[in-house]
Amino acid sequence: MNGFPILTAMLLVPLIGAFACLFAEAKTARMIALVATLIDFALGILLWANYDIGGAQWQFAENLPLFAGFNWALGIDGIALMLIMLSVFLMPICIGASWNSIQTRVGEYMAAFLLMETLMIGVFTAQDLFLFYIFFEAGLIPMYLIIGIWGGADRIYASYKFFLYTLLGSVLMLIAMLWMVNETGTTDIPTLMGYDFTPEAQQWLWLAFFASFAVKMPMWPVHTWLPDAHVQAPTAGSVILAGVLLKMGGYGFIRFSLPMFPEASAQFAWLIFALSMIAVVYTSLVALVQQDMKKLIAYSSVAHMGIVTVGLFAFNVQGLEGTMIVMLSHGLVAGALFLGVGVIYDRLHTREIDRYGGLAINMPQYALFFMVFTMASVGLPGTSGFVGEFLSLAGIYQVSSWVTLVCTTGIILGAAYMLYLYARVFFGGQKNADAAAMRDLDPREWAMMASLAAVVLWMGVYPESFLAPMRSDIAALDARLARARPMGDARLKPGEPRKIEAAADEGAH
Amino acid sequence: MDWGQSLRLIAPEELLSISGLVLLLVAAWAGDKAARAISIASVAVLAACAFLVAPALCSGAMGPETSAFFGQYRADAFASFAKLLIYAAAGAALIVAPAFFDRVKAMRSEYPILILFAALGMGMMVSATDLITLYIGLELNSLAAYVLAAFLRSDERSAEAGLKYFVLGALASGILLFGMSLTYGFTGTTSFSGINHALDAGRSSGALFGIVFMLAGLAFKISAVPFHMWTPDVYEGAPTPVTMFFASAPKVAALALTMRVTLVAFAGQAAAWQQIVIFAALASIVVGALGAIGQKNIKRLLAYSSINNVGFVLIGLAAATPQGAAAMLVYLAIYVAMTVGGFVAVLMLKDADGVPVEDIADLAGLSRHRKVLAACLAMIMFSLAGIPPLFGFWGKFVVFQAAVQAGLVPLAAIGIAASVIGAFYYLKVVKIMYFDEPVNKVVGRSDLAHQALLALSALFISPLGYLLTKPLGELAEAAAIALFHFA
Repeated sequence: MNGFPILTAMLLVPLIGAFACLFAEAKTARMIALVATLIDFALGILLWANYDIGGAQWQFAENLPLFAGFNWALGIDGIALMLIMLSVFLMPICIGASWNSIQTRVGEYMAAFLLMETLMIGVFTAQDLFLFYIFFEAGLIPMYLIIGIWGGADRIYASYKFFLYTLLGSVLMLIAMLWMVNETGTTDIPTLMGYDFTPEAQQWLWLAFFASFAVKMPMWPVHTWLPDAHVQAPTAGSVILAGVLLKMGGYGFIRFSLPMFPEASAQFAWLIFALSMIAVVYTSLVALVQQDMKKLIAYSSVAHMGIVTVGLFAFNVQGLEGTMIVMLSHGLVAGALFLGVGVIYDRLHTREIDRYGGLAINMPQYALFFMVFTMASVGLPGTSGFVGEFLSLAGIYQVSSWVTLVCTTGIILGAAYMLYLYARVFFGGQKNADAAAMRDLDPREWAMMASLAAVVLWMGVYPESFLAPMRSDIAALDARLARARPMGDARLKPGEPRKIEAAADEGAH
Repeated sequence: MDWGQSLRLIAPEELLSISGLVLLLVAAWAGDKAARAISIASVAVLAACAFLVAPALCSGAMGPETSAFFGQYRADAFASFAKLLIYAAAGAALIVAPAFFDRVKAMRSEYPILILFAALGMGMMVSATDLITLYIGLELNSLAAYVLAAFLRSDERSAEAGLKYFVLGALASGILLFGMSLTYGFTGTTSFSGINHALDAGRSSGALFGIVFMLAGLAFKISAVPFHMWTPDVYEGAPTPVTMFFASAPKVAALALTMRVTLVAFAGQAAAWQQIVIFAALASIVVGALGAIGQKNIKRLLAYSSINNVGFVLIGLAAATPQGAAAMLVYLAIYVAMTVGGFVAVLMLKDADGVPVEDIADLAGLSRHRKVLAACLAMIMFSLAGIPPLFGFWGKFVVFQAAVQAGLVPLAAIGIAASVIGAFYYLKVVKIMYFDEPVNKVVGRSDLAHQALLALSALFISPLGYLLTKPLGELAEAAAIALFHFA
């Protein structure tokens, strides 16, 4: 990109938009927000188009020694690129989702979202440990305000829970970072990714980072902030929460825990496996009995994140690639499902499943789109969900058949709760007159749903587009992890080669 | 060492005392009509003093050539750093006062003069390298402060605050004096470096008692737990501009003094006082945070917040390293900005009749009708909670970095985990302003001087403040090196 600081530009555009929104009328604020997010999306496409697949590991690097103790260092690899693309793709959709449903304090709302976008992109682009931390933590402020001001009935409890949970997780990570920088004398993330800490130190550092990422992820048992935050957040808040914020946990594991502390990661893999297996089974069962649509999808998110974490700690290429695709796919699909709930919530102002029924009759287009996303969430071949879950589980199968067995039940349970949800909402008789009178998608909603569905199918049919930029980075990570790779429990042994005699006999005939 | 050089080194103190006395005569002659003019003159004097002390900081002055009056007093970079903060806070206390006192017709001309004398005392505190200088500076500041706390003579709360402050302050001075006499008795000298030498040769248990009592007396002055009880009452009762002054300048002075006492006089005895400081730090963080949760008055809340903040500063002291001292100074600089901003915002909370609003519940829905004020107060709250990207985070960052560098990882981990408790009540204020339904109580117009000060401190604690991390860090480092260069 011959010197143009595109990453800084991507951070600045929404930031400037946020300030403009603060002082704008409702109508202008919406336009400003849409334009700013679309510009960022365009910059994102430019970024992807100029990303040199198979080139240098860190591209578009920028480094300005602006601060004492840390630098304004930005740069991306393929993993970060994909997550940035997810963020910039979802943001205009979020703004669109809030177009009519947010009527109070629009300027502040849009400003909070644009600020959020800046911070999310910052997290994925930061190449300096402390710069990363600042972006990572700062996201709490806009999200706290979004949940607290525009959320539902129990919004205040949910906002506190979200804030304090994630803060407690993160501050321990800060102490670990301070220790690491004191030890190595650098704040540069790529350098730290190649630094070998002693295995004893790794244990403490790993646990401190785990405290932060497990809450963000969220893993069982620290997932309880998520359903509360989701149910109370406005639709777009849920989309961003599920779509991008949850990915910060996974990104943290893949960027910090695994490459920086490979031995400790192998050592604590049992912990991750145990928590993930509980998450997959337990939260799927909880999802099955939910009466609130958003809560159901929130619990399904926790279950999907369980697949992400086992894939990460499989220590092989399939597991890592699968994890990344599950994260991208979940970002799109969960985002789309929350958006879908938002569509009917805007019409009837309830998320209770029983209040709907037979929507396939009066909202056929909506039912079709929701079907696509339901199937993607279940993991039907041809959708993005299948690719990711299959790869992750194939990866983990090489390590542990038992973990694979338990986690695969998540797919079955996933099919159960999603299809049960679909059946109750869309099929059957139109038992509620007001639900039966709802009109189908308007063009704004149609455009948002269609763009999401297109990407979900694209990722399902031709995942290579998304895997290619990440391939070399995942291979590098895999090579870094090789020394700590656990033995598989299948204990595969190469069989005896067939005796030569048989071939000799054949020749004799 | 000649008298001329000594007199040159104490130039800011001379200017402060002479102008304080002259303005006192002016006040006696012209009466309260001249209060405003005297305030303006006092701000000018403080600015002039700031110009006098700045060169020492910029050049990193240290060593024997900064020592005046045969080792009683030191005008090094460390003292300049602290003095600049003190003068800035004192100036802010002068600027915000007229708008507050005018409403109750209590803007008397003694106010700026008392502030000047307090600033003079604080300047001596931070420059003291001898127990006698220390005590004179401390008492000069305290006597002015007792009067200031009771400045609203007809207001019961203010009178009560003044009395409480006086009784408890006198007790603390007594404890400090007792510690000083023990130290003097067992070391045979009142000079800080002399005490250090004497203790290096061997420490008797009497000297240890001296260290403990001195630290207890100083802990009262910085309102560290367990000597913090007076703080909420005094902060609530004192007139708000005075509270702002108490929370900023004397804190800086007392902390700088504590640094000089512990890191110079007791430099070789770190093992003896470190555990006391660690306890005080953690206890201040936890008690400051827990105590604030139930508060309904915003001034009391900020009082607990200041206790909480002192705990974080003491973590830097526990490190007992130049990095720790530099981190404390950076923290104090940011703390002063946050405190001044916070109290100016409180001063701007007025109802339709101009009566100050202090009840936190009355802030409900402030963000709807006073957007900018609410946004600034929210920024200050998040900053006090240490949430990045606000500048308050940087203060916490540097002290914890110093603690980790000194190998105090468990202390850092416990301290930072306890900071999450504090985040809860800061969030509560934001919640009330942003999430609750408006009660439209805060509708009074605010003074231009207040707005300007609030804007200035909000700008400082905004993410733009991070651009200052380099110069601020370098100055603090120069000051810390000067502090440790006491041979």
